[in-house]
Amino acid sequence: MNDPVIVEDIRPLIALLAPWAGMIGIIWAGEKRANLREMFTFIAASVQAAVVLSLVPIILSGAVVEFHIWQIFSHVPMLLRVDGPGLLFACVASVLWIATTLYAVGYMRGLHEHAQTRFYSFFALSLSATMGVAFSANLLTIYFFYEMLSVSTFPLVTHMQDKQARTGGRTYLGYLLFTSLCLLLPALSWCYVWLDGGNMTMDFMADVGKVGHFGETTQIVLLFLFTFGFAKAGLMPAHSWLPGAMVAPTPVSALLHAVAVVKVGVFCVYRVYADVFGPEVLAKMGGEEWAMVIASATIIISSLIALSQDNLKRRLAFSTIGQLGYIVLGAAIATDRGQGGAVLHIAMHACGKITLFFCAGAIFVASGKKYVSELRGIGRKMPLTMGAFMIGSLSVIGLPPLGGFISKWYLALGALDRDAMWVVVVLLISSLLNVFYLLPVAVTAFFRTPETEKDSSIKEAPWPCVVPLLLTAFGCFLLFFWSDTLLQMVGLQP
Amino acid sequence: MSDSIVWIVLFPLFGAVACSLGGAMSKKICYPVSVLSMLATVWVSVDTLFQAIESPVHEVSYILGGWSLDLFPRGVGIEFRADLLGALIALVVTGVGLIVALYSKVPVQRETPGKEPMYYGLFLLQISGLAGIALTGDAFNLYVLIEVAALTGYGLIALGTNRAAAATFNYIILGTIGASFYLLGVGYLYLKTGTLNMVGIREVIEAHGLFDSPAMQVAFVLVLLGILIKMAFFPFHAWLPNAYCHAPTTTSCLLAPLVTKVMIYVMIRMVLTVFGVEFSFESTWWTEFLPWLVVVAIVCAAVMALAQREIKRMLAYLIVAEVGYMVGGVWIYNYYGLIGSVFHIISDACMTLCLFLGAGIILEKCKTTHFNGLRGLFAKMPLTMIGFFIGGFSIIGLPPTCGFFSKWYLITGGMVSERWEYMITLMFSTIVMVVLFFRLIERIHLAVDESGNNLGKGHGDLGLTKQQTRFDEAPLSMLIPLLLAASVVLLVGVYNQEVVNQIEVFLQPFNLPTGVKYE
Repeated sequence: MNDPVIVEDIRPLIALLAPWAGMIGIIWAGEKRANLREMFTFIAASVQAAVVLSLVPIILSGAVVEFHIWQIFSHVPMLLRVDGPGLLFACVASVLWIATTLYAVGYMRGLHEHAQTRFYSFFALSLSATMGVAFSANLLTIYFFYEMLSVSTFPLVTHMQDKQARTGGRTYLGYLLFTSLCLLLPALSWCYVWLDGGNMTMDFMADVGKVGHFGETTQIVLLFLFTFGFAKAGLMPAHSWLPGAMVAPTPVSALLHAVAVVKVGVFCVYRVYADVFGPEVLAKMGGEEWAMVIASATIIISSLIALSQDNLKRRLAFSTIGQLGYIVLGAAIATDRGQGGAVLHIAMHACGKITLFFCAGAIFVASGKKYVSELRGIGRKMPLTMGAFMIGSLSVIGLPPLGGFISKWYLALGALDRDAMWVVVVLLISSLLNVFYLLPVAVTAFFRTPETEKDSSIKEAPWPCVVPLLLTAFGCFLLFFWSDTLLQMVGLQP
Repeated sequence: MSDSIVWIVLFPLFGAVACSLGGAMSKKICYPVSVLSMLATVWVSVDTLFQAIESPVHEVSYILGGWSLDLFPRGVGIEFRADLLGALIALVVTGVGLIVALYSKVPVQRETPGKEPMYYGLFLLQISGLAGIALTGDAFNLYVLIEVAALTGYGLIALGTNRAAAATFNYIILGTIGASFYLLGVGYLYLKTGTLNMVGIREVIEAHGLFDSPAMQVAFVLVLLGILIKMAFFPFHAWLPNAYCHAPTTTSCLLAPLVTKVMIYVMIRMVLTVFGVEFSFESTWWTEFLPWLVVVAIVCAAVMALAQREIKRMLAYLIVAEVGYMVGGVWIYNYYGLIGSVFHIISDACMTLCLFLGAGIILEKCKTTHFNGLRGLFAKMPLTMIGFFIGGFSIIGLPPTCGFFSKWYLITGGMVSERWEYMITLMFSTIVMVVLFFRLIERIHLAVDESGNNLGKGHGDLGLTKQQTRFDEAPLSMLIPLLLAASVVLLVGVYNQEVVNQIEVFLQPFNLPTGVKYE
């Protein structure tokens, strides 16, 4: 593989710091000047999205962008590097941040939530951490931002400040910090000490496959320390924090638990599989088979659990766990098309799932309903919301002409490339299960008659809630028709 | 200034005299005098550090009274030697001293009214003693300075609340036992080698091959035992929690970050400079087992910290656990472990300072440091809490605070020596610290009470009165030092490489194992 052209540019750092600047503005404006405060969030989000999108042409031309922040250890720098997969992830997160902000304004004001300044501040902070993960050039940098994200989302998860929030927050941090401090940190220092005579830079570009110098057992142990160490990826059995974290307000669930936090987890796993081990080492080490089995098991089991959930947000949470399994599975397949499909799925699933969460929140704002069984006939009162829900469901299931189809297609192709027929079977079964747990929601909403008369007063949620979900639903179509650009970014098309 | 190394000890000493004498005329001069003398001290320690960095042999030496060192074995006179390690530790001591001196204005007036001259006199003498420990190159002089620091420490603690007297008494007994062991060990050393100069002792050991000498072995055990008692290594920690808990605020802020850490420094000094690597690690079979003692120490201290319901007491047990970290880092015997230990001395001093300053402010504003008094404090004192949390994150070891980097080197060290028990213990105690601090954060941020119930109605109603949630920050003279300490925690983390480079230069001549497998 010939090395890509490296362009030095400060833009990745700007994308990282825009939320910080926004946060200062948010705190300065405070509760008393709410409109001004929301404006700062919008400015930060727009600046970030604009900067990230402006990097796209450079990446499409085959170059990578780098920015050196500071030297962590004498030979390990804190280095930002923008490459295709990272940029794709960053684009998704930053564009969806704008949509979520609009949605959050409608949601938080609609419910008269408290402490909105704190909410928006930490929201901005976690987006900064997400950019950091997307643009990290080595393992240590990614670890820094990963931990920053864990801590900065804690106040969001525990936003309600009651007993339930406390339990959810405890599970959340318990899982994430235990795995990152007890599994990830030893794995990192292992690589640091034992590779390259203690001069390991852990760089994603220069040091791909150096892990192959280790013995076979060590490699497998390392693989699993990394896979479970990034517990944000929600691989079973380290998944329970995700349903627990659903106590957060819906905009948080939507952005962080369908887009940023969990996607940071799988993105880190993808980085480890693709850029630390590298496809060549991974394909012949023997441990990746186990990772594929665990991911497949996660997909099937979580889909089965999702079937039995009546709480809509919980059902979506388990659906997310399953979809994350796809991404880990794709990364572990260790073929170009499999790993490319995994990255694509980050974007495709993000767009579909955020639509579903937005809808769940809009239903809650409009009617106070949380359970699937309560939704009878609500589709007639809220046609836009439930229509978007339908589109989101179809995208997550993976039907054309929606984005979800493309990524599943490449995942299946990747599996066939390595003659793993059983993976294709798993994908099919799980798609079927997706149909079973997602479509009944829309069907109940549209075709069942409402039970009580008082539901007749329900109408659509306020417009700031409805517009974003229509936009993201529309985005699911766009992703299908623009898939060429995305494929080019992940290197599946020249 | 070529003799700035002695001024590190002399400035606080003169300051102490000025406070005690001048304070008799006007008590108001004590605070400015001590801050000024600390400023001067920090300036000379920075100067000394840069002299050591720039010098070709990486050390600064000053012979008190001009006695010749040309004899063999060297040393009749007392030598002050600042190599990179000593100069770094001296800078930490004086830096912490300066921040605490700045902070002391309000608490000293409130807690020891009318005794300011005495208090500041002892305070400055304490710093003089601790800085001296870091700089002296003479084993007996080290004993004298340990006693200077200890005696002033007893005084500083005894000025606290009414149970402080009992705590001090306990500390005196254990402290004296520790010092006596050390003195006894030094006696053996002098008998066997004929010198008290630290480098001189090692030269004699190496020249005469005294590695198997029973007298030297006894000396080693006695010295080590004395130091372990002095540094509150579990199970010799009994004096520490009460002493730090009942001491006046300023005292605990000064002693907690420094006393135990300086004793770790003494241990590293004894192991590397006085006895030498070969003697300490390779000619005694039982040092192999010290990491297991460390395991017990860390686990017990961490569990005891979990049981506390009072911030200062909890922090005191955390210090005992941290002492275990550093002792372990030395005795796993490799390059990374020692870097970790030395760096942890520095970072632990910074983060403990940060936490104790925060606890002091909480005590000042809420009149209690019990967990129950913390509900919803974030709304009242956001800046204080941010400073306190930064210290907490550093203890947990979250990047980019300095605590992450020291833990990183310690874990790496454990891995290189394949001391899995030590590594697992570090992980365990990390998790305990996560629990400890997020439990505090729950109370401070979520305002839940002991049973986990929220007393309010939710949705921002925390069951607190308007007055409890009104913005009411600490006085600036306390807040600024806290934020200063918090930013030091972050800066030492971000620029850890600058510090670690100096430690590496210091450790280079000792040829410690680095255990690299893949060239």
